[in-house]
Amino acid sequence: MSTIVRLPNQQDATLPKRSYLNSEYGLKSWLLTGDHKRIAILYLISITFFFFLGGAFAGLIRLELLTPMPDLVASDTYNKLFTMHGIIMVFLFLVPSVPATIGNFVLPIMLGARDLAFPKINLLSWYLYIVAGIFTVSALVLGGVDTGWTFTTPLSTHYLNTHVITAAMGVFIAGFSSIFTGLNFIVTTHRMRAPGMTWFRIPLFVWSHYAASILMVLGTPVLAITLVLVALERLFGIGVFDPSKGGDPLLFQHLFWFYSHPAVYIMILPGMGVISEVISTFSRKRVFGYTAVAFSSVAIAVFGFFVWAHHMFIMGVSNYSALVFSLLTMLVAVPSAIKIFNWAATLYKGSITFETPMLYAFGFMGLFTIGGLTGVFLGSLGMDIHLTETYFIVAHFHFVMVGGMLMAYLAGVHFWWPKITGRMYPEGLSKLAAVVTFIGFILTFFPQFILGYLGMPRRYHAYPPEFQVLNVLSTAGATVLGIGYLLPMIYMTWSLKYGAIAGSNPWQATGLEWQIQSPPPTENFLEIPVVDHEAYDYEWLANKTQHEVTTVG
Amino acid sequence: MDSQTVAIRQQAEIEHHEHEHPPYLRHHFETVEQQKEAVSFGMWLFLLTEIMFFGGLFMAYLLYRNWYYDAFVSASNTLGIGLGTTNTAVLILSSFTMAMGVYCAEMRNKRGLLISLSATILLGLVFLGIKTIEYHEKYTEHHIPGASFSIEDFTHPTDKRDVALAPDMAQHAQIFFFLYFAMTGMHALHMIIGISILFALLYKASKDAYTKGHTSTIDNFGLYWHFVDIVWIFLFPLLYLISRHPLH
Amino acid sequence: MSHPTLEDAHAEPHIVGPKIYGLILLALLCLTALTTGIAFVNLGVFSPIVALAIATIKMVLVILFFMHVKYSSRLVKLTVGAGFFTFLVLITMTLSDYISRAWGLW
Repeated sequence: MSTIVRLPNQQDATLPKRSYLNSEYGLKSWLLTGDHKRIAILYLISITFFFFLGGAFAGLIRLELLTPMPDLVASDTYNKLFTMHGIIMVFLFLVPSVPATIGNFVLPIMLGARDLAFPKINLLSWYLYIVAGIFTVSALVLGGVDTGWTFTTPLSTHYLNTHVITAAMGVFIAGFSSIFTGLNFIVTTHRMRAPGMTWFRIPLFVWSHYAASILMVLGTPVLAITLVLVALERLFGIGVFDPSKGGDPLLFQHLFWFYSHPAVYIMILPGMGVISEVISTFSRKRVFGYTAVAFSSVAIAVFGFFVWAHHMFIMGVSNYSALVFSLLTMLVAVPSAIKIFNWAATLYKGSITFETPMLYAFGFMGLFTIGGLTGVFLGSLGMDIHLTETYFIVAHFHFVMVGGMLMAYLAGVHFWWPKITGRMYPEGLSKLAAVVTFIGFILTFFPQFILGYLGMPRRYHAYPPEFQVLNVLSTAGATVLGIGYLLPMIYMTWSLKYGAIAGSNPWQATGLEWQIQSPPPTENFLEIPVVDHEAYDYEWLANKTQHEVTTVG
Repeated sequence: MDSQTVAIRQQAEIEHHEHEHPPYLRHHFETVEQQKEAVSFGMWLFLLTEIMFFGGLFMAYLLYRNWYYDAFVSASNTLGIGLGTTNTAVLILSSFTMAMGVYCAEMRNKRGLLISLSATILLGLVFLGIKTIEYHEKYTEHHIPGASFSIEDFTHPTDKRDVALAPDMAQHAQIFFFLYFAMTGMHALHMIIGISILFALLYKASKDAYTKGHTSTIDNFGLYWHFVDIVWIFLFPLLYLISRHPLH
Repeated sequence: MSHPTLEDAHAEPHIVGPKIYGLILLALLCLTALTTGIAFVNLGVFSPIVALAIATIKMVLVILFFMHVKYSSRLVKLTVGAGFFTFLVLITMTLSDYISRAWGLW
């Protein structure tokens, strides 16, 4: 199979003498760093930890669902399992995954900056993330929380004795970690672009992160105040969400989903940014319709604020309101579809090669499309009444979040791994992992669409026996999926010591980050570049490589 | 060249360097102008998060005022309008003194800056003092929501201008008071944080930190302080002035 | 790019003086007295509208002059606008649910 990978001669290649990894030594130099690249590594390690913790809960859930009887764990325990799975995966994995690891690392370099606008706040973001993780694990260790990740009232405020406030504190703090990251990205994008780097020359990865950052800054505070109200309600029993005291439980849901719907766009937009970069590089072609993709990112962010009540269609909102939200939901699907079309058009007549990041990108395109389309089904009122609170919803959001976002994250990690570490991972194993993940994913989650359509409710650990076959398929798939996710852990770690030396631009990609050494020096650029070419300009790259002398080491 | 010339030249280079790179210019910024604008923009974005944070509380308020208007009117009337108006004036005055502080920093007037910051602190403390008095009043009147709440004042009002409420509507006055304490409490928390930072700024200002051309910190803190003032500008009519006119 | 971007509209290096601050202070105090006074007048359904209008005017004065937005770049003005827009979306779209509940089932 052909490949575009160009590595330096491995006989005499070495890693650069000086990089951000060896510029300073010692734990303090990492824990008190202002370097966005080191902070990205800190995030990478912590996010990976929480991913596997959340995954462990998923494993237990699927284990219980092998049999129709509730025989593995008690009902309350099962509730705690899916709650912790949701809280960890949403707030401690998906929201920070691409922005805090890949975004933190490459965004300043892509813009031609030496660092983000506020390095100390960047470090604070990471510490807030860690504290949030500690609160969440504390809630777990102290006995768990069983409200569901949605903390729905009045269940969470009046009917449960579990550690709701501890978990809510964890989410509250994670929210501020997210806000500060978004704030940093917005200011950096506006104010720290290199000379010549105009708005329409920045990579689409940056546009996606810019749009996601707007959502982080404007949406997350509403979640924060909502959780404060839940805590106050639990502590003082005032009645703000309690129907018996005149409160409205739906007020909680309005406030909660006002953030949590934009949150799904916070999660997916950075992943879409990765896909833009990967598809362009491995088709050797500029992204079709750059402007359309850029504006679609912002459109997703803006429209994302108008649709939250589609999570509440059966909860008691007025029919008129449901109608309006349903129509707006149809509208928000359009910019996402525009992006898929543009990526497909990028592929058309491109020189496509199938390196691992590209395999994940293909997986993304197919699975996100299915997930997104099922979202449109759910947006239509009539369908939603039957499908809501069933496994159809579970399948829908796992298709977009796992089949979409997680695949994009893995694409990104694989794509920028040579830049971050200076080394290549073993291509054969990585391709295998990508294929295993794809197969495992389909096996796990496609049966869930059928289960939901047939009526199996979500968040139940007992089900009618006729659903067992589909559940067994799903659990089998989960095992395969788990292997698919474990493999990168193994070979990526292996590559740190034994991987081939990557050189500055193994993928022959455009983008400022590929024009500097791998791993980059602490200050990113010896001299701030002056940008005179458009994004994804492969002619400029060909011209440049013809005339340059590459030395590595 | 001899060592003396070298030393002079080195000194000149150092001074030239410091002129281009003042000590407060962080190394990831190219110019002072860029840093100033970035920090200011960052503060504005933070204030956006604050708008949305208080926004949730305003939403809850709007809903329950709509649902339980009579209880809200009666409950609002128990708040002291004199103290409330005074507090509003105090906070507006503190915004003025803070703005004057920014002006003094820009004019490199150290004494003026110190006076302005001190005045702002003083006014902030006066505001909090009055709030404490008001909170205490609510405590003694059994208007704090929860176990100690008494609906007596609402079912059998002593003032002839007040309308007597039915017991269930009177209970809903608790929601008003919950929102009163939550919103003014959250506001007061922001004031306390602001006053604490002001003390730190006062100290650093006394060491000439802000009167040598680097006014960014004072500017941006001013933005925060004005925002907290704006929140109160809305809290005051919404909580204290729902309907003070004689009823029917 | 040939057309002016948001970044081109930098803040004019403009120092707002004590006279303007003093005028704004006076205006704010007068408006405070007004809003307190008018609360004692029975305006029926217009009471909350008038109260919010006065509060909005006070807010605009603080934003434009105390917070210097009148003399700031377009970016800052856009940012302030975006904040209020999002706040209004939260309020109006949520209230639209509550208000339309009373309209019945269709």
